[in-house]
Amino acid sequence: MTSHTALCPECEADLILPANVMQNELIACPDCGADLEVISLSPLEVALAPEVEEDWGE
Amino acid sequence: MRFNARIAILVTHIRPEEKLLISAFQAHGIEPDVILDRDLHFNINDDASQLAPNGTPWNAYALVMERCVSTSRGLYATAILNAWGIPTINRYATAALCADKLHTSLALARHGIPQPETRLTFTTDAAVDSIESLGYPAVLKPVTGSWGRLLARVNDRDSAEAILEHRETLGDYTQHVYYVQEYVNKPQRDIRAFVVGDRTICAIYRTSPHWITNTARGGQASNCPVTPEMNELCVRAANTVGGGVLALDLFETPEGELLVNEINHTMEFRNSSAPTGVNIADEVVRYALTQTLEVTA
Repeated sequence: MTSHTALCPECEADLILPANVMQNELIACPDCGADLEVISLSPLEVALAPEVEEDWGE
Repeated sequence: MRFNARIAILVTHIRPEEKLLISAFQAHGIEPDVILDRDLHFNINDDASQLAPNGTPWNAYALVMERCVSTSRGLYATAILNAWGIPTINRYATAALCADKLHTSLALARHGIPQPETRLTFTTDAAVDSIESLGYPAVLKPVTGSWGRLLARVNDRDSAEAILEHRETLGDYTQHVYYVQEYVNKPQRDIRAFVVGDRTICAIYRTSPHWITNTARGGQASNCPVTPEMNELCVRAANTVGGGVLALDLFETPEGELLVNEINHTMEFRNSSAPTGVNIADEVVRYALTQTLEVTA
């Protein structure tokens, strides 16, 4: 499986994302644990995920 | 049967559940359109022919699967889509009952479904009375909210007064509605049962040394065999809120009775397929297709 790479915007660690990563998918940085959102697939770009809001849940 | 109708999945972002659902749709030859709730812009004066954020008219969709992690966005979006005649899973009417614990409790009570003893009051004095009528410990919950947020086990009068004063002083008006339940002395676990249509497809135990057993709070998932009695109770309870794709939280009492504690309308299941061996996403998609075909036939 090919993979994509991006930089964590929090700690600048190299992120290796699987080929089936999706636009707007949430991921966690394996180094610093920051919650990130994939905001672009081409080029691959991630940003800090939105903070949990009061009405989030099931 | 070949399925040609278009399906949208409405999300706040893509979590493991949404990824599993999209894959399950794809396995059935369907590529659902992913619509972000942050992009929504509904013209309430116009009708369903207006365009969704992706440029597709809303009325091109035979079904919208609502998977927003934001409860308010999911509720308002499904209210609008259902008003336009667009089918959603779950339906707004069902989601609205599940999103408010008091409305869920009322629906369960109306149909005689066993649930923890529950009280509702509007002042702190009345709340203390209701807590003491149930006995310590009791559980104080916000009527809306999820993932165990702001649940309080009230162990004595001092803690009751302190928690209620905090809610009165710091909370918004929704925190001034005091929903109180008996504390059920469950065996360090509760049961999360998944109802899809007219079946309880699987269930897990959520085990934790903490009294809050949500997997979002660290509860460990393991398989819970679905007995005929459990299936019957869960399906009956799900039907009290209109049915659909629902996750029920059950308590086992020391006497061996099952109580329905909550019904969740945007269920999380990432940790539940492995222990149960049930492909939950596929079950949900199969149900969705059945519903869509019924509606569009």
